Amino acid sequence: MDFQVVVLAGGFSKTLVPLVSKEVPKALLPVANRPVLSYVLELLEQNNLKDLIVVVESESAALLIGGWISSAYVDRLHVEVAAVPEEIGTAGALRAIDHHLTASDILVVSGDLVCDVPPGVVAATHRRHDAVVTAMLCSNPVSGSTESGSSGVKDKAKKRYNIIGLDPTKQFLLHVAAGVEVEKDVRVQKSILRAVGQMDIRADLMDAHMYAFKRSVLQEVLNKKEAFQSLRRDVLPYLVRSQLRSELLLNGVQSEENGNDKDASQNPKIVLSQLLANASTPSFHELHALGPNGFSLSPRKTHKCCVYIASNSNYCVRLNTIQAFSDINRDVIGDASHLSGYSFSAQNNIIDPSAVLGSKTTVGPQCMLGEGSQMGDKCSVKKSVIGRHCRIGSNVKIVNSIVMNHVTIGDGCSIQGSVVCSNVQLLERVVLKDCQVGAGFVVTAGSEHKGESLAKKEK
Amino acid sequence: MVAKQSGRNRGGGGGGTAAATEVSVEELARVPLQAILLADSFATKFRPITLERPKVLLPLVNVPMIDYTLAWLESAGVEEVFVFCCAHAKQVAEHLENSRWFAQPNFSVTAIESNNAVGAGDALRLIYEQNVIRGDFVLVSGDTVSNMSLAVALGEHKERRRKDSNAIMTMVITQSKTSPTTRQSRLGTDELFMAIDPDTKQLLYYEDKSDKGTVSLDKTLLSDHPSIYLHNDKQDCYIDICSPEVLSTFADNFDYQHLRRHFLKGLLDDDIMGYKIFTHEIQSNYAARIDNFRSYDTVSKDIIQRWTYPLVPDVQFFGNSSTKLDRQGMYRASVVGQSRSAQVGPFTVIGSGTTIGSQSQISNSVVGEGCKIGANVSIEGCYIWHNVTIEDGCQLKHAIVCDGVVIKSGVILEPGVVLSYKVVVGQQFIVPAYSKVSLYQQPIKQDSDEELEYADSSTGFMDASSLSGLPDKLKEESTIQLSESQLQAASEVGSGGVGFIWSTSEGSHEEEWRHSVAPIPPAKLLEIMHTSNNELEVVQQDGNLPPSGELERDSVTANSNDYDDDDVDVKDDYDFFENEVEATFKRALEENIKEDDVILEVNSLRLSYNLATADCSGALFYSMMKSALSAPHPSPSDLVKNAATVITKWEKLLKYYLPSIDEEIEVILKFEEMCLESAKEYSTVFVQILHLLYDKDIIQEEAILNWASEKEGADETDKLFVKQAEKFIQWLNEASEEED
Repeated sequence: MDFQVVVLAGGFSKTLVPLVSKEVPKALLPVANRPVLSYVLELLEQNNLKDLIVVVESESAALLIGGWISSAYVDRLHVEVAAVPEEIGTAGALRAIDHHLTASDILVVSGDLVCDVPPGVVAATHRRHDAVVTAMLCSNPVSGSTESGSSGVKDKAKKRYNIIGLDPTKQFLLHVAAGVEVEKDVRVQKSILRAVGQMDIRADLMDAHMYAFKRSVLQEVLNKKEAFQSLRRDVLPYLVRSQLRSELLLNGVQSEENGNDKDASQNPKIVLSQLLANASTPSFHELHALGPNGFSLSPRKTHKCCVYIASNSNYCVRLNTIQAFSDINRDVIGDASHLSGYSFSAQNNIIDPSAVLGSKTTVGPQCMLGEGSQMGDKCSVKKSVIGRHCRIGSNVKIVNSIVMNHVTIGDGCSIQGSVVCSNVQLLERVVLKDCQVGAGFVVTAGSEHKGESLAKKEK
Repeated sequence: MVAKQSGRNRGGGGGGTAAATEVSVEELARVPLQAILLADSFATKFRPITLERPKVLLPLVNVPMIDYTLAWLESAGVEEVFVFCCAHAKQVAEHLENSRWFAQPNFSVTAIESNNAVGAGDALRLIYEQNVIRGDFVLVSGDTVSNMSLAVALGEHKERRRKDSNAIMTMVITQSKTSPTTRQSRLGTDELFMAIDPDTKQLLYYEDKSDKGTVSLDKTLLSDHPSIYLHNDKQDCYIDICSPEVLSTFADNFDYQHLRRHFLKGLLDDDIMGYKIFTHEIQSNYAARIDNFRSYDTVSKDIIQRWTYPLVPDVQFFGNSSTKLDRQGMYRASVVGQSRSAQVGPFTVIGSGTTIGSQSQISNSVVGEGCKIGANVSIEGCYIWHNVTIEDGCQLKHAIVCDGVVIKSGVILEPGVVLSYKVVVGQQFIVPAYSKVSLYQQPIKQDSDEELEYADSSTGFMDASSLSGLPDKLKEESTIQLSESQLQAASEVGSGGVGFIWSTSEGSHEEEWRHSVAPIPPAKLLEIMHTSNNELEVVQQDGNLPPSGELERDSVTANSNDYDDDDVDVKDDYDFFENEVEATFKRALEENIKEDDVILEVNSLRLSYNLATADCSGALFYSMMKSALSAPHPSPSDLVKNAATVITKWEKLLKYYLPSIDEEIEVILKFEEMCLESAKEYSTVFVQILHLLYDKDIIQEEAILNWASEKEGADETDKLFVKQAEKFIQWLNEASEEED
């Protein structure tokens, strides 16, 4: 496949503070004890996409991520790590690595995607329709456990991520609203509606941030529209909106690719006969381009925006909030355990052989205990992930939580619905409920916290 | 219902479904199915013909339209029909009396006459007052041609009603793609945009007249419906299955006239009583309404091509005479005098008693009864009604020729011509395309389609100066003719002719082709295509598009995870509210209005903006501080004094709006916001004023402490004022501890 893959790994995301710190960029946040980025990389590897460009915001994050990739995937993948300035957005990032892009199609994947939808099917959809962009859509994530909700944010009953308009065959993207527009009235262009006849407007689908782009188009848009910052909010809506009166130099591109298209586009009759000869039913794009009755003064320029909709059985979530971080960790060792790559024990959990458990300590199903971790007596772990080399005292309860590496937990602690980052020290009898504890923080003995975010002050 | 059913079928085993259908059939039978037939379309699209006859009596393939509708209703199981007649009510009633409808067993037709209804709304209100509708009913207009079975749609409607009593109407729709060029359906109706929930079939949006480039769906719709189908490929059949609530809604909303533009829109937009409208799509059946000349043409062709079976010329239903179907879709009545050399082409209907002269050619046309067609006449795509005389050598293309018209020899009718009753066209005259000729003169004011189809002969004659747009010569002559005699009008349609050529009303001339019987000329199509292409470009340049991406730069930050704005609208509302409250307060200051009155005004403002009491207290406090600020204050301490005077003066008012701690906190927050944004002068005296408020007992210590603790977790910038007030808060804390 002539596809070049760009993984947008982000940098030190502000929304994920205190989980993200100077030592841990977003891409290296652990999901079931391995960096979230590894899920994307392995998914790509499985699909035989081994030539990757990983784009990272800021040099320091690039160093960290580059270091990890070279150690973990040294002989498996050919990865180029490119650092770009911070806060230039996804479109900006692609603009910055423009000169690296050479293949005819580009697959852009967000580095925080945890999913089992093979990128190959997205690429195939893209190729089949000769689309300028193909986006993968998945169902809105069901943020299950509300008890671990991030603090202070009032949860809306139903969170909408995108408003998507599809054609009746559910192959083409006709309308997309992202970001702030999602909460506004839906405004659909009549011209597209006229061409299609029927549009399915959905609020239950989410743009999963995996796109296939035609390289020439992507580069053209990025160059022409310098204000575009985000693929999701700017580039994709722009392409969708202009699909029936394309401003792109598509025809030129096509004739470049397969020589005889040029005169065909000048004579619509030939195009029509070609369409019929191809025996595939022409999509509304082609019909629209030809105009009514199959003749038109000048064929209208169109381009296609396609979608691949992941089925409900697929797992597909982006790690972009603290809530999502907890959810994904829970799912990867729970319902979506096939993603984790670990083999589960009979008790449906993973306990590293080198881990030490005290007497009367129980580790329930859907749990994970990393290598070299020690637990004292009479502890109970439920639905939680515990990292490597943690030292956990006696009488400790850990429920629905994530404990990263090298954490020390004193006797009698109770941790519920919380995230405890690396090198944290919890002294005796600490009670945490729905908290996030930033790396290296020390929680004083006997303190109780509920719905708080604890972190060292950045110096 | 269920209990009854299970009781009866005890031990029956597996008879459940059978029983269910039995019960529903039983239920259908209990209330006879009723229908309201509006024998007036409350439109003027068929003028000038409708000046003399009501639209529902116009022949459609030689049978009055209303008979199609009644025949369908009868076959679909309707037992009682109320025919609402308004324009030419007498003629409609007469027609019904003379027809066999009154004599039918199990099918009663009642005419309800009215002379002052101006719209469907009035009609339904009148019927509501008469109290004749007892259950669900079918609402159609008398120009509907259909062969659909009502049972399915009715069943669905009743089923929905059982579950949700707010489902008051089921609209019948059908598949129909509008032409992308002319943006109208094959029936000549405007393009229609509908949003329908694919699961429940609930209608969520309906737009048939709009020049906007986008369809705008309310944001709340998507939260109730995860998926919405937006259709541009459906057509409204104007067949509605209604519950009695529809009538009472019309009675309640006396300004509703139009079924779609008022009633439907009102229900969809204003959410009246939570009523819902659903749709029923028919697949293989036929349903269409004759709304204009183009749909007259289209439906006629559909009837000839048997889409409306069994309502076709060769099948006997009420109102038509025996006709035989020959090959190629030729229908010929039993008694036709056709010359041997005359050619009658495909898809043509010839009525009985008609004679056709030698060498004449007729194709794709309908010719009524008792017509005399001379020799060498060519008729293509025309609708010739009864007793028409066409002399030798005429050429007719795509015209409607009403009863009793005489077309003298050598006349040429260009496409789109309508000749109303008893018009005489003089020899060799060429009737220009799209012209409408009537014995009546055009009423001076011919405006919206709300107008009635009255045959008001007193307005029949008017100043000929309004007959603009005619060839100059004709106009000249017509100005001479102003006497009462109809013959005087002759010269407009050739020597020996009788009739006035109606001018098309101002501005709509170019629209004439849209609704004409004649097909749209290809040149016109090209022209529209050009303009539509240009339009697209214009739209593009305007950027008149949904603001996405590049247009919302301000609210977008590079890596933010969206959803940062929650409720822009609410914010706006609040700003307006705040301005209004400020204005009210200013007025109160200037005019010395009493507190009670201010409270009254603010309360009404609050209700109209739908806000909470806390918002009032915030806004009031804001206005007070603003007014203190507007007074001269050379030094900060003067400002505090100003504030103190204002607060003291309006203490009672402010306290009225501070019933609980929440409102008090709101005031503090508001004050904080002011200090940061709109009135930075206060930022230096924040604590002093806070103290003042505390002293005046306007704000209790509990509120201040709550506020301070709320702010504890906030950003450093947010804590600015908490820090300022630190001492004061500490003092309060200590004080409260001492009390304890």
